[in-house]
Amino acid sequence: MKQALQNVFQFYYQGFRNMTVGKKLWAIIFIKLIILFLVLKLFFFPNHLKSNFNSDEQRSNHVIEQLTK
Amino acid sequence: MENIDFSLVDWSRAQFALTAMYHWLFVPLTLGLSFIIAFMETLYVRTGNPEWKRITKFWMTIFGINFAIGIATGIILEFEFGTNWSNYSWFVGDIFGAPLAIEGIMAFFLESTFIAVMFFGWNKVSKRFHLLSTWLVAFGSNLSALWILVANGWMQYPAGMKFNPDTARNEMVNFWEVLFSPVAINKFLHTVSSGYVLASVFVMGISAWYLLKNREHLLAKKSILVASVFGLLTTAFVILTGDGSARNMAKYQPMKFASMENLYVGQQNAPLVAIGILKEDEKERSQKKQDFRFTIEIPNMLSYMAFLDPNAYVPGIKDIVNGNPEHNIISYQERSEKGKVAIHALAEYKNARKAGNDSLAKVALAKFEANYAYFGYGYYAGHDMHELVPNVPMTFYSFRIMVGLGIHFGALFLVILILTLKDKIDKKRFILYTAFWSIPLAYIASELGWIVAEAGRQPWVIQDILPTIAAVSQLKSSSVQITFWMFFIFFTGLLIAEIKIMIQQIKKGPDEAEPVNRISSEINQIFKP
Repeated sequence: MKQALQNVFQFYYQGFRNMTVGKKLWAIIFIKLIILFLVLKLFFFPNHLKSNFNSDEQRSNHVIEQLTK
Repeated sequence: MENIDFSLVDWSRAQFALTAMYHWLFVPLTLGLSFIIAFMETLYVRTGNPEWKRITKFWMTIFGINFAIGIATGIILEFEFGTNWSNYSWFVGDIFGAPLAIEGIMAFFLESTFIAVMFFGWNKVSKRFHLLSTWLVAFGSNLSALWILVANGWMQYPAGMKFNPDTARNEMVNFWEVLFSPVAINKFLHTVSSGYVLASVFVMGISAWYLLKNREHLLAKKSILVASVFGLLTTAFVILTGDGSARNMAKYQPMKFASMENLYVGQQNAPLVAIGILKEDEKERSQKKQDFRFTIEIPNMLSYMAFLDPNAYVPGIKDIVNGNPEHNIISYQERSEKGKVAIHALAEYKNARKAGNDSLAKVALAKFEANYAYFGYGYYAGHDMHELVPNVPMTFYSFRIMVGLGIHFGALFLVILILTLKDKIDKKRFILYTAFWSIPLAYIASELGWIVAEAGRQPWVIQDILPTIAAVSQLKSSSVQITFWMFFIFFTGLLIAEIKIMIQQIKKGPDEAEPVNRISSEINQIFKP
């Protein structure tokens, strides 16, 4: 089991080490994920219903009110 | 809905369109290139020819760049559902949630597990296991698309659900009806196969560039062969599924169909306008009527396309808006009255439940359920019914340009395939330039397909049930504008990064050098077992 895990680790480790274009791409992926989740999601895209209401009942009442007003 | 902030609705729509269209710049290449790579690697495993391995590895790097930059761009759409379209998100909850959850669990893990083997596994796992991983990546990416497109198909043709007035959510009652709805299946097949065509044009165009630069002859010619055969077959499939889309549209979204064809007054033996230039009708501008300056028509073709009968009656915009009792078409006015009854009944039901009046709640519920099919039209009661007509020129031209480009790609695949088999492709520089410059055209065609599908079904978020004006969250329009421009900058940055890295990689070419003096004999042996 330990050997199998080591093999899997080595497989990924060597794979990442030997990447050529990949390093630049990983940098882009990380920057992108940081912008997406730590900037956009946190500061600009709160879930409107989750952040304004405490329960599903309140949320459904709000939506029905919105739909029927 | 008297106090609708149309600026908010328009900016929210613009923001969603922007993010969806940018996201779609990355997706179709992933869908198609994954299969092209799998074919190339299969040829390597079957023939043992190391050149196929070199070719596979080169296109795999291009695939990796596109995959890495495109990955997670779709998450922004999910952010927008929660923030900008909260009424919609709540309203569709379980229906949309189930396919997306399945996508996350099944396809994403399949894709991401085997993508590591595909990239890192050369010389570490057996040839056959590596090939299996490559195929699984291709199927995984396409399975991801299946679930997203099932969700989109449900919005075009809501099936297999029941609205729960206590929770204000549509609940899935039949998963198979959602999954196998004719719109969902056809949408999936048409969309992914259009991605295969795009990827084929991409591979063919880049290969043509190598030939123009007098480089990588073997890689270019072999890649062109795979791409042109795959492209030709998938173009035929796109035409077939496009035909299915048109029939679905005529049946389930007749207004979109009439707008796409600029058919204002319905008719039997309706001709298809193959080429046409529109002109706004000055007298009936408020009715969004467009005349033709010029047309080239195919007699009876529209009737045949819609109902497989050249004599069939195809309703026009006017018939759909005003109704046509002879053809059992209910007017929008009548629909809006029924919709208004449904909206009031929902409010009555909620109030009766709150007051503990069960008998009144029961009556209100029965009234609501009887009219729920027209729920969305209720928001337009008292409005000019022509507000429900989509942008006719946008859908009309988008459809024709998309189809025209599709025909161009099909012809190009055929010509290039013949020239490559005759080993004359190097000398046909005009064809090579055409192939190269067809790459941006393939992206344009792909985006136009979505414009027809989405702009053509306006004002609906969910066909007939929920319009955009009711689906949007009550936010400040200015805050939506700010995030619109943030996304614009963010996505443009990603796109520039993708193009730049790809150009660098394409200019660099494959990692290993091309073997000398093997080119002609290799090309001659391509189709030999």
